[in-house]
Amino acid sequence: MIGTIVQIISIIFIMIGALLSCVSAIGLIRLPDVYTRAHAAGKSSTLGVMFMMFGVFLYFLARDHHFEPTLLLAILFIFTTGPIGSHLIMRSAYYSGTKYTDSTVRDDLKDVK
Amino acid sequence: MDMDIIIIIALILVSFAMLGILYRVIKGPTLADRVVGLDALGISLMAMIALFSVLLNTKYFISIIMLLAVLAFLGTTAFAKFMQKGEIVEYDRNNRTDH
Repeated sequence: MIGTIVQIISIIFIMIGALLSCVSAIGLIRLPDVYTRAHAAGKSSTLGVMFMMFGVFLYFLARDHHFEPTLLLAILFIFTTGPIGSHLIMRSAYYSGTKYTDSTVRDDLKDVK
Repeated sequence: MDMDIIIIIALILVSFAMLGILYRVIKGPTLADRVVGLDALGISLMAMIALFSVLLNTKYFISIIMLLAVLAFLGTTAFAKFMQKGEIVEYDRNNRTDH
């Protein structure tokens, strides 16, 4: 009984994660700029994959009574390194002179560069 | 058995997301677009491996996810450093920073 409930919760987690991945891909297609695209890909994709990993973790825990600590470690690792990677790419893109979109109103880093 | 249908639906959604990211990797106007797309592609691939390990009813694929996470982060960091400085491992003993 409790196994079935946890399994249904894990399925809900997996579906939310898959929908967040689709939202990330739509943002990556439709947004006009490198920086806004990295905003979409760095946050939404990371959160979607974390949701899916936690869903798979709950699924194995509920059905096989098998605790898989590697999935929790992978969730922690993605949560740490996903935004760092996005930040590094955007920093190097700004310093190598990538243009932003025309509707940008201010650029605070212009003097520092 | 009905859980398999939902796992397959999630797999189809993730593969559509990977197609969208692949469009950005191919078409992307600048180099940073392609690097962002490849990073997101690696992360989606990790999700796909997790879903396949549920679908194939095995737990031996889980360590591949951790391996892919480390490799994707290393590749992204190396490429960001290459884009900014022109070299990845620098032999500069005086620790000059000129970009």
